[in-house]
Amino acid sequence: MPQPLKEVIVKHPLAIRWFHWCNFPILLCMIWSGMLIYWANDEYRITLGKKEVFHFFPESFYKSLGIPFRLAEGMNWHFTFMWLFFINGLLYIVFTLVSGQWRYLLPNKRSFKEAFQVVLHDLHIKRTQPKFLKYNAAQRIAYTSVIVMGIGSLITGLAIYKPVQFGWAAWLCGGYKAARLEHFILTIGYVLFFIVHILQVIKTGWNNFQAMITGFEISKLPKTKTDAKSS
Amino acid sequence: MRNLPEQLPKRTLTRRQIQVRTLVSFAVLLLLFTAAWMGFNWIKKQPSDNGTPKPLRSVLNTNEKIFASLFDSTRRVKEYPLSAADKKVRVNGNAGMDGQVDMATWRLQVIRSRGDTLFLTMDDIKKLPKKDIAFDFKCIEGWSQVTHWAGVPFSRFVEAYQLKEESTMNYIGLVTPDKEYYVGIDMPSALQEQTLLCYEMNGKPLPVNQGFPLRLIIPVKYGIKHLKRIGTLFFSNTKPADYWAEKGYDYYAGH
Repeated sequence: MPQPLKEVIVKHPLAIRWFHWCNFPILLCMIWSGMLIYWANDEYRITLGKKEVFHFFPESFYKSLGIPFRLAEGMNWHFTFMWLFFINGLLYIVFTLVSGQWRYLLPNKRSFKEAFQVVLHDLHIKRTQPKFLKYNAAQRIAYTSVIVMGIGSLITGLAIYKPVQFGWAAWLCGGYKAARLEHFILTIGYVLFFIVHILQVIKTGWNNFQAMITGFEISKLPKTKTDAKSS
Repeated sequence: MRNLPEQLPKRTLTRRQIQVRTLVSFAVLLLLFTAAWMGFNWIKKQPSDNGTPKPLRSVLNTNEKIFASLFDSTRRVKEYPLSAADKKVRVNGNAGMDGQVDMATWRLQVIRSRGDTLFLTMDDIKKLPKKDIAFDFKCIEGWSQVTHWAGVPFSRFVEAYQLKEESTMNYIGLVTPDKEYYVGIDMPSALQEQTLLCYEMNGKPLPVNQGFPLRLIIPVKYGIKHLKRIGTLFFSNTKPADYWAEKGYDYYAGH
């Protein structure tokens, strides 16, 4: 008896899936080791007027993650994994450019207008959202931003790591101290991105999630003859 | 966009094919994460080389080779107007600073390659051209402060005391009189024109807690290399012992 056939949508190339899942543990290690380093001079706070609203980070947070007194260890992990972060990111960008995948990814003229509709849709204010191929307008903006942030982490990182030899990076960041703050803010940005990303993936469902692992989505539309002849 | 297809490519697969591909993909991902976790723990468990697991130390040494080869001594640390310097200079660390310095007997000992030692008084050092510098002093902890120092550029000191031959070696080593604190510095960084044998801070002799009578100021390095209270200076082709590098820090620690 012939097996029943199913239609799948080929979504994510193998290379992109590798870059995506390699980046996860690498970035995790960079953020963790970054915290070991930051602890040694944890000067950033959110203040309202003169009142401290939030201190990065509370003592209980440090204690629960075993952060204190590990500066050297943090630097050593950081300056080892920076290479992996850089190489993985570079390969991803080169692949995206060469393969043409960038056309699914970069925001286009319509994206900024459409992204608003997507947000309304995601907040259950609007029932429909604009049609899209692989990534919707909000995804295009978010995923492109996170890559730009990656480049930002690299430049601000260089400005902190070698502010004299990479004087241009320090200048671009507005100086050594500014670079350190920017590097920190970008990291907070990744964490916020990660939270929204996870929530959105959960909300969108299994078929979408597993596509980042298998590469394909199982087509939900039943195959009909009209499909074949349209367009 | 013009070049985008109307829809993503489609394929037909049997249910069995889908099952196999899904299973394999998830297994590979699980393997990746397991390998990452095991690799992380493997590194942590490796024997220590100067306070840090060997694999990390060897990356630090490789980083040192890469960035030392990129080091360009014509790149100067940004200098500030002297008036921009902070009057309240932060004090961090007092290793090697126990007891008093008796200026009647204090000498800077410079061990030369022939094996003889120069014994220099403060006056021998002060008669050389003096340079003032205000720069952003960077601590490895992550803070920095614009501070004002003055002394003789190490490169001028080398010329004045005929240490040219020694200065072709790879490193200099500095040690406090009690030998409790010691640093090693690569020669190109030591000879960079902003590196000072420093005896003044904010226009006055160094305070005791800032390394009276003589300390190193090396703006292309983190504060851990700016040894206070220099007793002995020597030259070496191999890496001199370094206090913080033995405690797990990067040996190069340079900018």
